[in-house]
Amino acid sequence: MTNLDELRDPALLSRLSQQLRSMAAPPATLMEVCGTHTVAIARHGLRECLPDGVRLISGPGCPVCVTPQDQIDLFIALGGLEGVTLATFGDMVRVPGTETSLEQARAEGADVLVVYSPMDAVEAASRRPEEQVVFFGIGFETTAPAVALAILEAQRRGLENFSVLCAHKLIPPAMMALLQSEVPVDGFICPGHVSVIIGSEVYEPVAERGKACVVAGFEPADVLAAVRMLVLQVKDGRSEVELEYTRAVRPEGNRKAQGLLRQVFRVSDASWRGLGTIPASGYELGEEFEEFDATRRLDVEPPESREPEGCRCGDVLRGAIEPPECPLFGKSCTPRKPVGSCMVSSEGTCQAHYRYRSQEVER
Amino acid sequence: MSEDRVLLAHGDGGQLMAELIESVFVSRLGTGVPPGDDAALLEASGRLVFTTDAFVVDPIFFPGGDIGKLAVCGTVNDLAAAGARPVALSASFILEEGLPISDLERIVASMAEAGREAEVQVICGDTKVVPRGSADRVYISTSGVGSVPDGVMVSGAGARPGDVVLISGPVGDHGLAVLSRREGLEFDSEIVSDCAPLGGVVQALLGAVPEVHVLRDPTRGGLATALNEIARQSQVGIEVVETAVPVRKATAAACELLGLDQLYAANEGKMIVIVPDSAAETALSALRSHPRGTEAVVIGRVLDASDGRVVLKTVLGAHRILDRHVGEQLPRIC
Repeated sequence: MTNLDELRDPALLSRLSQQLRSMAAPPATLMEVCGTHTVAIARHGLRECLPDGVRLISGPGCPVCVTPQDQIDLFIALGGLEGVTLATFGDMVRVPGTETSLEQARAEGADVLVVYSPMDAVEAASRRPEEQVVFFGIGFETTAPAVALAILEAQRRGLENFSVLCAHKLIPPAMMALLQSEVPVDGFICPGHVSVIIGSEVYEPVAERGKACVVAGFEPADVLAAVRMLVLQVKDGRSEVELEYTRAVRPEGNRKAQGLLRQVFRVSDASWRGLGTIPASGYELGEEFEEFDATRRLDVEPPESREPEGCRCGDVLRGAIEPPECPLFGKSCTPRKPVGSCMVSSEGTCQAHYRYRSQEVER
Repeated sequence: MSEDRVLLAHGDGGQLMAELIESVFVSRLGTGVPPGDDAALLEASGRLVFTTDAFVVDPIFFPGGDIGKLAVCGTVNDLAAAGARPVALSASFILEEGLPISDLERIVASMAEAGREAEVQVICGDTKVVPRGSADRVYISTSGVGSVPDGVMVSGAGARPGDVVLISGPVGDHGLAVLSRREGLEFDSEIVSDCAPLGGVVQALLGAVPEVHVLRDPTRGGLATALNEIARQSQVGIEVVETAVPVRKATAAACELLGLDQLYAANEGKMIVIVPDSAAETALSALRSHPRGTEAVVIGRVLDASDGRVVLKTVLGAHRILDRHVGEQLPRIC
């Protein structure tokens, strides 16, 4: 591990940011596909350090945001069943569904537990044998292994009252799908945490399609370095997979975690907010674990779903527009009263843009 | 279930209640109310300030303090932020049936101890007991009266362009200490709440720099939210230098793990101090000379802007808005 203090040395950061700003760069649009990168870029004001002509846009990197409306509505509907306790990561609580949100449902009496780890949901199921505990399995390859472990633990304990609404998504297929969309991207800042699990080799097909790829860490120094590496690739007309986040990511990834994912899940088509259905881009529970599938365990009528009126989260998630281009942004849609998921989640592109908006300051 | 737990009868105004008050409260806190009277007499003159606060922290015991210490410090620090010396406190308790008496004794003892450091007493109070499940163990509400020394004019509306912004020590410890304990998270070094009474350090500061413009203890919503309140009240801008804001390593690590921002995490023993530029050095040494301010530093300055905005100069030298806190990210922190 590199010493984080070294990476955070103000002199190093100032040198890296000046080096980047003063680069002679071709026009380039670079996309990050990880919510933690979205936040890091906004929070540190990294856009102020870009050379002229280089643009950073956000893609479908926020797990809460890419979860489609019908799955959110379904989860909320499960909470309306007698004897069901919902367990979810906190960011999901305020996301507006079609008719209501988990926050409202909770205020009206639904049992909603906020957990930091899927294992907490397993513990809750152990403690409440008379309740059905349903965990909302959202997130990418980063969170899926923890959910897989939780399911294995539930199986080991013989819990018949724990299940998962499985809405996990896979990042590389989404990147490939983006290549077919209308958004011209020259390169990708590839996700750090996801790549710890899946490695960097998986981005080769994206590079073969002419897109520069750099797997980056989350320190400001990491992102500065990764952007520089991407700009150099574009400038040289190269498209390769490069690894900036060498202290955590190996080209082949974490084989053990990958094994765990293969053991518990099987790859399936998945529906993404903003991107529609992408073939082989999500997980459902493998045959052996079907009893832990909430939609099989519990009988619930899927409610009718609609996107919020005027909300352009879908376009934001595709990188087709930047948040301020949405007519609702900062007006009827703010973190205090969010209309769309991208404004709710702390990793959402809209919330990051709003919360960390830049400001001309007299120096 | 014997009498080592709080019973509903402890709140009924009868014999058990009298015994509880005598054995748990009066023995530790002393009493200002003459037996049989319902109100305590205060002798004070000049400018007085009066404040009140309710405490529902979960867990009730956490590294660095408990709900009792918090209830005293929270109110004493609100008085201190007005530049006042505390004169007297009141305390009301809502107890859940079944609370171990030993827990209550521990809480009251730590209130007494915090009161000793703050040089103030709880002189009146009240106790109610509610049935099991109607409250979570114990809630405490405290009020305080303070007296503002002559010549001191401290107000959230007092920041002026060119002023210097200081903080009395590292931020975020209380919020992360409570949250880590609640979530059962363990780190290499335990995060300890900064919960402490700040009357002493504030009086040391005011002794050296009577012209302090603003004092504010950044509790819920943390440093960022408190600075936004000040900027708005004073109709100025404030610039904070990110690299200058002190944060302990364990606290920063916990924030990273939990996806929180230390600038929004609660403090219970820190004071934001805004002084004229000419007094900044004196203020800094006065703060540092007191045990509760040894880690004080300058973190920013007040800008000549009337928009009430707080901007952060980031580690990359970029500037962005440091907004108020949104949403109820962390319930029951104090």
